Amino acid sequence: MRPFEYAAPRTEAEAVGLLAAKDRQTEILAGGTDLIGLMKQMIVTPSRVVNIKEIPSMQGVSQTSEGILIGAATRLEDIARATLLAPYPALADAIAGIDSQQWQAQSTLGGELLQRPRCWYFRSGAGLLAQNGQKVAAGDSRFHAIFANSGPAKFVSATRLAPALICLGAKARILKPGKEDPESDDPETQTCLVSELYRTPRDESQRENVLSQGQLVTHILIPHGKELANATYEVRHGSGPEAPLVTAAAALRIEAGIVTDAKVVLSQVAPQPWNSREAAESIIGRPVDLVTAEEAGRMAVAAASPLKDNRYKVQLAAVAVKRAILKAAGQPTGGI
Amino acid sequence: MKEDIRQELRSQTRKRGSGFNRRDFLKGSGAAAAATALSQTAGVLEGSPGSSSSVIGPEIQQMTLNVNGQNHEVRAETRTTLLEVLRYQLKLTGAKPVASDASCGGSTVWIDDRLASAGSTLAVECAGKKVRTVESLGGESPDAVPQAFVNNDAQQCGFCTPGFVVAVRAFLDANPNATEEQIRSGINGNLCRCGTYANVIEAALEVVKGGSRG
Repeated sequence: MRPFEYAAPRTEAEAVGLLAAKDRQTEILAGGTDLIGLMKQMIVTPSRVVNIKEIPSMQGVSQTSEGILIGAATRLEDIARATLLAPYPALADAIAGIDSQQWQAQSTLGGELLQRPRCWYFRSGAGLLAQNGQKVAAGDSRFHAIFANSGPAKFVSATRLAPALICLGAKARILKPGKEDPESDDPETQTCLVSELYRTPRDESQRENVLSQGQLVTHILIPHGKELANATYEVRHGSGPEAPLVTAAAALRIEAGIVTDAKVVLSQVAPQPWNSREAAESIIGRPVDLVTAEEAGRMAVAAASPLKDNRYKVQLAAVAVKRAILKAAGQPTGGI
Repeated sequence: MKEDIRQELRSQTRKRGSGFNRRDFLKGSGAAAAATALSQTAGVLEGSPGSSSSVIGPEIQQMTLNVNGQNHEVRAETRTTLLEVLRYQLKLTGAKPVASDASCGGSTVWIDDRLASAGSTLAVECAGKKVRTVESLGGESPDAVPQAFVNNDAQQCGFCTPGFVVAVRAFLDANPNATEEQIRSGINGNLCRCGTYANVIEAALEVVKGGSRG
């Protein structure tokens, strides 16, 4: 690791002030399962690291008038066990898939949502876009994107919890530095949909999320009025902490046996979480059964554009969508 | 003739075995390196940096780490991991450096009773917290988990074993009546390249049968 300054503030405002320092490259340290490894490999070389785990207001799950509020520094194991989150099994499904008690104990919600892509070109120091996408196009693309991959970004979004949260209409509360003096002015609050945290970078100066230096996701809010049947289904290569091949989450409103509203979101298939309107439209107005769920899976991948080595992921994505829908509706998925 | 060669080899092995110990050698050279590093000026962490908003580092910090119930004064840079302090300053070599991203469970410890990988945790993060390592399960009357590992021959090269012992202890603390299937899935965060999984699971099942604390 390169040497760096370190701070562990107690308040969100202090953290934003420390992160906004103009003359420093700053990184947010949450669980550390991703950042510390990236710093050891010198893929990420901050001059200041701000540990946000000591900020009490960013911990825990609570009920508010708007919905259920989850602190971004809450550990995944606490989210999986939270009784307030029992109506949202899609979250616990995704956490169970992480399948390492160490990572579940150490990782935080914010860190999970904003972990860096697992692309092996990025992780070996070739940059996020790996020579404008050329390395992936010419090299081994078996774990890369099957959607939105015609530009330079061909990596896949690594988050496993974003599909569930996006399906549930969750919002992110972002604290931003004050305008005049970023390091000492009172920070400002901004709220956006979790889906709006992500972007597909166009050049090496951009990351895969929209946060600029000093901006901190402090909480995730799952709004009330979204009492939808929901589930996450992952296709994984064996067991253990390895990244899944496809993550799919579905949220369904089922009235009198018919789906009246639906949202289907995938991860590990595109440079950002992939909202499949095609799958949702396919299942709306129909009952959930093997035939309709399979049809939704087929529709989800109809527009897929696989690269040289990842055609197999198209079928896995279709199956993941089918099984996420069946699981959300409480039906046997036919898988594990 | 052949017998002579064998005897010669055996006596050479014995000599090497008695006069040279790899770990002592490593400890010696490590101490020399540490002494050099400590001759630089060190910052002093007042109380717990866990609750400090002031910026520290990157130079060496002095801090108090509570490990296995004992306070230790250690000096470490902000970039020093907990694993490095445990192994190279406190001589607690149970936790192992295996994967840089902690995907193997080799450096599993408890920090404030929560599982963590020492290799992906900074030492400065741990000042003011209670760290517990695999060594806390050893001693004169070892915990039931390491004893069950011995009974079931649950190690081959042994490098991953301390991580497995902590992982099994933590999993069984949370699930004292775990089934074989639950144990298999519960310790998925630990990897063993020798493939000793079958015996590790036997060991865990033995602990379950004998009650959560054996």
